[in-house]
Amino acid sequence: MNHDPFHWGRPSQGTYGDYNYNIAHASNVDKSNKSNSEFPKMHTQQPMITGTSVIAIKYNDGIVMAADNMGSYGSLLKLDDLQRIIPVGSNSVVGISGDISDFQYLERLLDDLEVEDSYDMENENLKANHLSEYLTRVMYNRRSKMNPLWNAIIVAGFDDNDELVLKHVDLLGVAYSSPTLATGFGNHLAIPLLRQKVETEDDAAKLTKEEAIKTIKDCMKVLFYRDARSWDKYSLCVIEKSTKSIKIEKDVKVEGMKWDFAQHITGYGIPQQ
Amino acid sequence: MQKAIPSTEYANEIRSEPIEHRFNPYSNNGGTILGIAGEDFAVLAGDTRQTTGYSINSRYEPKVFDVGDNLLLSANGFAGDSTQLIKVFDNRLKWYHFNHDKKLAISSAARLIQHMLYGKRFFPYYVHTILAGLDEDGKGAIYSFDPVGSYEREQCRAGGSAASLIMPFLDNQVNFKNQMDPESNGTKKKEIRYLSLDEVIQLVRDAFSSATERHIEVGDGLEMLIVTKEGVRTEYFPLKRD
Amino acid sequence: MFRNNYDNDATTFSPTGRIFQIEYAIEAIKQGSAAVGLVSKTHVVLVALKRNAEELGSYQKKIIKVDNHMGIALAGLAPDARILSNYLRQQAMSSKMVFNRPLSLSKAVHSIADKAQENTQSAGGRPYGVGLLVAGFDDSGAHLYEFLPSGSVLEYVGAAIGARSQAAKTFLERKFDEFPNATKEQLIEFALTALRDTLAQDKELTTANTTVAIVGKDQDFTVYDDDNVEQWLNLLDSLTNTRSTNIKDEEDDDDDDDEGDNENAEEAPAAAPESMDIDP
Repeated sequence: MNHDPFHWGRPSQGTYGDYNYNIAHASNVDKSNKSNSEFPKMHTQQPMITGTSVIAIKYNDGIVMAADNMGSYGSLLKLDDLQRIIPVGSNSVVGISGDISDFQYLERLLDDLEVEDSYDMENENLKANHLSEYLTRVMYNRRSKMNPLWNAIIVAGFDDNDELVLKHVDLLGVAYSSPTLATGFGNHLAIPLLRQKVETEDDAAKLTKEEAIKTIKDCMKVLFYRDARSWDKYSLCVIEKSTKSIKIEKDVKVEGMKWDFAQHITGYGIPQQ
Repeated sequence: MQKAIPSTEYANEIRSEPIEHRFNPYSNNGGTILGIAGEDFAVLAGDTRQTTGYSINSRYEPKVFDVGDNLLLSANGFAGDSTQLIKVFDNRLKWYHFNHDKKLAISSAARLIQHMLYGKRFFPYYVHTILAGLDEDGKGAIYSFDPVGSYEREQCRAGGSAASLIMPFLDNQVNFKNQMDPESNGTKKKEIRYLSLDEVIQLVRDAFSSATERHIEVGDGLEMLIVTKEGVRTEYFPLKRD
Repeated sequence: MFRNNYDNDATTFSPTGRIFQIEYAIEAIKQGSAAVGLVSKTHVVLVALKRNAEELGSYQKKIIKVDNHMGIALAGLAPDARILSNYLRQQAMSSKMVFNRPLSLSKAVHSIADKAQENTQSAGGRPYGVGLLVAGFDDSGAHLYEFLPSGSVLEYVGAAIGARSQAAKTFLERKFDEFPNATKEQLIEFALTALRDTLAQDKELTTANTTVAIVGKDQDFTVYDDDNVEQWLNLLDSLTNTRSTNIKDEEDDDDDDDEGDNENAEEAPAAAPESMDIDP
């Protein structure tokens, strides 16, 4: 080790040769395709194409969940027909926000899992509680390798006793459940509205399916109003315990918007009269 | 683009490139935990709120666990590490049972946890860990750990976000610090004694309702696990949800 | 001694399509003491006869717990069984770790079957010299599997492996239609009776040589040894083999009639190696 106070802690030049300053000064810009790529291998430091909020609420006979169909590249609307709520087996759905390439990787992972599960079981064995545990482990292990999957996930469905499961997992491997859940911007915009309807499990037991769907639709509207990275076309998933059904309605449009206030907004961009 | 090798000037240590933004593998998920040992019982309690930043993730996400063998375990701090630590402990306990076919003594459990924590000394579990149970003589025992495995047996310990709010209260109410014997007219320290289970439960409830008032990450519910020679039982008390 | 040309390794077929090394491995099972398992709709029971190498020695462990919902009984080379049971424990634990669900019985037995099969197709190895009865309860109910060194696993309602196990099989075949609705006490009684039938004439079931395990619905895998077995031995009217007296006193009761025709067999495989570490 070099004991010179200005080089303290670095490998001694006598033994290891000159210190490579490229390592200490590695930039976060990927230069690996350039010819002088002496840089360390780098992991995801930021998401690229992203999906915004997923929101979900419990009601007296199930769960309603929604996520829009957009994939944004910074402020660019890159993808406009993206299904971010995917069924896994017949017992669960997952809604995924965050990086889309990581989402597609997870999609493949879950597909493998489903295939694996259907191999040797006579009755389907992969329930929502198993799925949420699996995803939590995947996310935690990736974060522990300092190479996270840049997503926040909501898992919904039935457990081995056909009870409801609603769980949130994030890129750090932190998992939690609550009768109302949201990822991303939804955490700030939708959660207060959802909790106004359902503050406790008891409230959830009183909320009807119709009210739950309306609440979620209202939240999607508010999100479209205020989240610049959201879209007015979304998927709506309704889970019903009594019939043990999971239905995903695609291409739902945000309805009943009022934009007439917009003409009164001044102060941005080109001055108006 | 080799940088000029810095001379002996500190000024040359300044980097011309922006500081790299690194992925932060940790977060603080709030909450607080508290363990108190009595003569023939031990209590380990935690609030049930889980947070990230100013958001409440969940109002009921338990973090104190009955891990078997009359042991209670909780790890408070980064929730990802907390669940991992408890899962790994579960597995280690299972192997202990396979290999030795007997109960894991609390002193051994404590030493095991030290090794599990120190094993990740250079990428620590970001948690404050408390283990509660009964020792070989049937006396209540609390062991507390820092994130890298330094540990100690104590009569009581608070961990997590509101530890600094609760601990002085415990010093005063459990170990009678700064209390004098009223008879002695302020000349003799108050004699320490074991608290009864009822007294302890009341202390824990007061500690948590006070911490809820003063700390934004604490609240929603209080889950208390009580271990006696009869086994483990759980009690739940609501806390303010604001 | 006859020299067989096709038993030098476990990967070579004989011209009649047999792999002698596997058959020898199965012989090793017959040298181990007996283990019996049977299933009702809700429970599985394993019982086994423990042997001690000598009067002053300890008794061999015959039943190994794998997880709260499953365990194994073994006959044959105990060290091989330890490798397999540790592997099963790891599988069970990783299922709990990754999916938070108990390992299903069929997955468990197929995982060790794959390990065993590998040994019969790769050079330099030898097959496992142990047979297992794998018992457990998962979300598709109670199961009993028999595992053999060939890598075959089959599910049974009642099974017996080890020395003189044919006697136990005969008993099970006579009684198996009563198993599905039996209580767990009845199930243990059937199992112990079957085990008793494998005893040599001068032997009896004792708390020292009998081991009992049960697993089932709302019942974690529990092993009963020593004094704890007494409650189960008390279920029997007699602890000695009452079946018949014309059984030869020696071990070679291997008149396996369920093995199909051995007619076209070439030379019978030489007896299993003698001085190996058969569970004493």
